[in-house]
Amino acid sequence: MKQIISMIAIVTVGFVLWQLVPIAMPTALGPVTHHYVADGLKDNGGSNLVTSIVVNYRGFDTLGEVTVLFLSVSGAAFVLRRRSGLEVTEPVPASEIVQTGARALFAPIVVFGAYIFVHGHLTPGGGFQGGAVIASGVLLLLLADRDRSLPHGSLSWIESLSGLGFVLAGLAGLIVTGSFLANKGVLPLGQWNRVVSAGIIPIIYILIGLKVGSELSVLLDVMVHAAGDGEGN
Amino acid sequence: MAGNELYVATGLIVILIGFATVLVKRNILKIVIGFSLIDSGTNLLIVALGYFPGRTAPIVNNPDMLANRATLLVNTARFVDPVPQALVLTAIVIGVGVTALMLAYVVRLYATGKTLDVRQFGRMKW
Repeated sequence: MKQIISMIAIVTVGFVLWQLVPIAMPTALGPVTHHYVADGLKDNGGSNLVTSIVVNYRGFDTLGEVTVLFLSVSGAAFVLRRRSGLEVTEPVPASEIVQTGARALFAPIVVFGAYIFVHGHLTPGGGFQGGAVIASGVLLLLLADRDRSLPHGSLSWIESLSGLGFVLAGLAGLIVTGSFLANKGVLPLGQWNRVVSAGIIPIIYILIGLKVGSELSVLLDVMVHAAGDGEGN
Repeated sequence: MAGNELYVATGLIVILIGFATVLVKRNILKIVIGFSLIDSGTNLLIVALGYFPGRTAPIVNNPDMLANRATLLVNTARFVDPVPQALVLTAIVIGVGVTALMLAYVVRLYATGKTLDVRQFGRMKW
């Protein structure tokens, strides 16, 4: 019975989506997107128009998204922090190859992540992607050495200060031009395709990168140490 | 039609597989995987809707694109839609956070009930 109801629900949802999709399928850029593409470079100075949208045109939305990420990560950390009391088998230590490889690769991975978010306004990439890359390096480190625990204090300082910096960069726009997260007029837009250009966009994206990287690293640390009786972290 | 039907259809199918997993499976971990599939499928669908075949990534990386306003207007016929990409970019990272939250609850539920069968948690119904 339940299976039949599930089947009917799935078929209904599939049918409705299939009917809706052609309506939503655009054949050319909409008027707002047309403005973003045509004037994005003039407004923001960044080559990557996706970054212009994420950080500037829809920067307020991104501030909300960063908050959602913070809430979900702190929720997971809160749920996992208490002792779970589960019986776990003693983890097998990682092999010599993994340990040496992790030590060798960690620094290049972090540098690559930093490269991705520093060049977010010029090339594909940005704070979210770079932060995720950094967190993957941290995961490698944690997999190689299960007993390693990250400095939660400094990581949450980095995370809080980055979030604060994002809001302050937005407030700078509010004070100078009268509109929150404004870019033009706050800082010079600089020359096309230079790392130091595009006004406050690289600053905000570097802060987002640090924030996402530290948040996901704390999350991984909490998850790795959640099993068993926990160390109280 | 535009020529991106394959990607749109794949996105829809992944969403439906995830939906079916959530409805049919009884193992909580598989339900979490189902939600994760819905997430990925939605992302794929949104990006596919903004993709116009034959167009390039919305990055002004060529000096002759910025000679004047007219060449910048040409870009509107040259680039794919950047807005869905901007939306999905943040959604992917948030999906990771939400999946982690769900998995944290799974750990907690397993510690309480010593089982992953969702039917055993019936007393939490309302």
